[in-house]
Amino acid sequence: MTARPTTNVLLTGVGGQGVVLASYVLSQVAMSEGYDVKQSEVHGMAQRGGSVTSHFRFGDKVWSPLVPAGTADLLMAFEALEGLRYVNQLKPGGVLVYNALRINPSPVSAGLATYPEDVDGLIKAAWPNVKCVNANELAAKAGTVKAANVAMLGAISPTLPFAPETWEAVIRKAVPPKTIDVNLEAFRLGAAVANEPTGDCKTG
Amino acid sequence: MTKKVETQEAVEILSGNEAIARGAWEAGVKLAAAYPGTPSTEILEAMAGYEGVYCEWSPNEKVAMEVGIGASMAGGRALVCMKHVGLNVAADPFFSSSYVGSEAGLVVVSSDDPGMHSSQDEQDNRNYARFTRVPLLEPSDSGEAKEFMIAAYELSERFDTPVLFRTTTRTSHSKSLVKLGERNAPRPVTELKRDITKYLMMPANATIRHPLVEQRVLDLAEYAEDCPFNRVEMGDTRVGIVTSGAIYGYAREAVPDASFLKLGLTFPLPKKLIADFRAKVDKLYVVEESDPFLEEAIRLMGIQIDGGKELNTLLGELNARSVAESLAKAGVPGVNPDLLAELGPVPRDLPSRPPTFCPGCSHRGLFVVLKKLRLFVSGDIGCYTMGSLPPYNAVHCSTCMGASISMAHGMAKVLDPPAEGAKPDLRQTPIGIIGDSTFFHSGITSLMDVVYNGGKTLNIIVDNSTTAMTGGQENPGTGKTLLGEPSATVDIPALCAALGIKRVTTIDPYDLEETERVLREELASGELSVVIAKAPCVLQYKIRKPVFVIDAEACIGCKRCLQAGCGALNLYDDANGDRKVEINPVDCAGCGVCSQLCKEGAITRSVPAEGKVS
Repeated sequence: MTARPTTNVLLTGVGGQGVVLASYVLSQVAMSEGYDVKQSEVHGMAQRGGSVTSHFRFGDKVWSPLVPAGTADLLMAFEALEGLRYVNQLKPGGVLVYNALRINPSPVSAGLATYPEDVDGLIKAAWPNVKCVNANELAAKAGTVKAANVAMLGAISPTLPFAPETWEAVIRKAVPPKTIDVNLEAFRLGAAVANEPTGDCKTG
Repeated sequence: MTKKVETQEAVEILSGNEAIARGAWEAGVKLAAAYPGTPSTEILEAMAGYEGVYCEWSPNEKVAMEVGIGASMAGGRALVCMKHVGLNVAADPFFSSSYVGSEAGLVVVSSDDPGMHSSQDEQDNRNYARFTRVPLLEPSDSGEAKEFMIAAYELSERFDTPVLFRTTTRTSHSKSLVKLGERNAPRPVTELKRDITKYLMMPANATIRHPLVEQRVLDLAEYAEDCPFNRVEMGDTRVGIVTSGAIYGYAREAVPDASFLKLGLTFPLPKKLIADFRAKVDKLYVVEESDPFLEEAIRLMGIQIDGGKELNTLLGELNARSVAESLAKAGVPGVNPDLLAELGPVPRDLPSRPPTFCPGCSHRGLFVVLKKLRLFVSGDIGCYTMGSLPPYNAVHCSTCMGASISMAHGMAKVLDPPAEGAKPDLRQTPIGIIGDSTFFHSGITSLMDVVYNGGKTLNIIVDNSTTAMTGGQENPGTGKTLLGEPSATVDIPALCAALGIKRVTTIDPYDLEETERVLREELASGELSVVIAKAPCVLQYKIRKPVFVIDAEACIGCKRCLQAGCGALNLYDDANGDRKVEINPVDCAGCGVCSQLCKEGAITRSVPAEGKVS
């Protein structure tokens, strides 16, 4: 078998969006497929509406848990502004998949700062290789908006070399038993959209 | 204990903290004690999930350390965990434990926080090992965390010493593969050994112990030469890198083909091993985060170093890229070029996204009032420290756990009284504010000080019945232990009364009018006063009430409600271009603080026709 180099995935979003669970699913999937895995996030303030990032890396041998700046193969943003904020973490040719969702940071809610007017346009201008998904809408269609994180996993699944059965087996174990069907449906809807061309996205 | 027959080696992805708990369990630990603190908290949470280990949240790190020393002295292997600053609190017993040694293995985990993701400083606790003369282990990932933990107990018993086990945020909170093993049954503990000269540290006995402690350092240094955790990995002999902990991974990525001396036991250091490595390479670099801890020790050995702290900063965290850049700048050959590529521009002027009080948080109403009263608020450590952020800007100092009350007392004692006949100036009035868990941790003695020494300050205890900032741990006020057992609940008003405080009032912090009235009354009394703002944490207790809605017709866009600083409120422009505020019903927890701020009566609770919670 030829050596499999380390693949770098950076997940970004807002506390409470399920970024950490998504990262957990990714690492379980990669481990199930026989890869070495390292994953990292910062706890503590994550539940309080702050910016959240999680690093996920897999390959034959992964030395450290952090995706070095400018080397991400995939940036998975659960909120549009948090995608824009981290575009320069991608390596040339890297892919940004973002959720067309706006969550106001607290300074915006307090009227002390403004959310970028045309965040979709800014993202497009900042990075050539972008895929936009309405993960919250897909999750709502599946049964609950809470499964948006799993819809995002569906949306990025074609960019990673893991088998659909592995994804499904891990999701079954990772989510609360009552929500398995809803989450699997959210994953499928996300994966289906991933293969469609990106239309015009309107974050709202 | 039943022995499982396993044909296949079990492997799991664990965080460093989970791996530490696993290692301690496999090592046959009988007791584990801690006070929650990021990034160490999950160790005890994971530990509590294992059978056969008594686990407790102690009210503070000093107590946890003493509980651990007692267990070890009695003959049970013990684990004590804390964040870096927690070791400052526990330093007193920790220093003495070095002299006392360990009857059964005693391991102290210090989780440091370079980069201060959730801390007030970035002290490098490796220095405590040299200071207390105890061995120091530093794992690089979760797999090592588990293996090192098992070895730590053997080391502790073999050398009759507590062991300092140091992680950082990146080793504690990163996940990697861990091979699982079986538990070694703890040995029975049936007899308290009496050995006064060893276990009772008074001058005559400590004088006997100290030379043994110094001899122990020499013995450990000899052991370090052959310790399997100190490992040479020869590659390109032009570059030798000495490193430890998470930094090892960064260095491996930065200069993949270099030669490495990877140290797992970092105090005391193996002089011969380092000198031999030095002799095999053309240039020697020490790559470490925070303090030049390894570098200074190596230089003191008289070993020449070609690059150390002058290449890598004392500040914040290192990463693979920063290590690559610094070594490339120093002319090191073989640096990974992917890590040197220029970064694209960061989009400018993006709004930051700081953490904030959750929608419905019981602290919000209180800080709206404190902002209005313009008091000088001496704060403490917990979610309520965020009262210092906009739009409140209503906490003005905070140094460490428990300091709010004592610092306000110190301020009040040196403030000159207002000129005769002048009205008291609230801006020049220091008050203390402290959370329930922090009060139990080290606020009680501060309050005792104020009573005893005739202080007249106002002190607010924000009691949300949990240790919220670290994720909602039980504490002596919640009526439950870490292991889920019901327990005695500290009655805070009764405790204050017992300390001798006459004015103790409990308020509902969601009621802005009442909160303001009581605070003004207590300030006017000129007496020592405790106000308990009591309301459970909405996040921990999952409290949601019917949401509020804003009548767009009635909203005049005055933004008064935004003083609440609530993430459920959003400014928008309506079809006519008029500025309005709306409430996001998904986020709103129905606390009603914003509606009390609205002078137009535009914000009301939406109760569905059937009266159900929406």
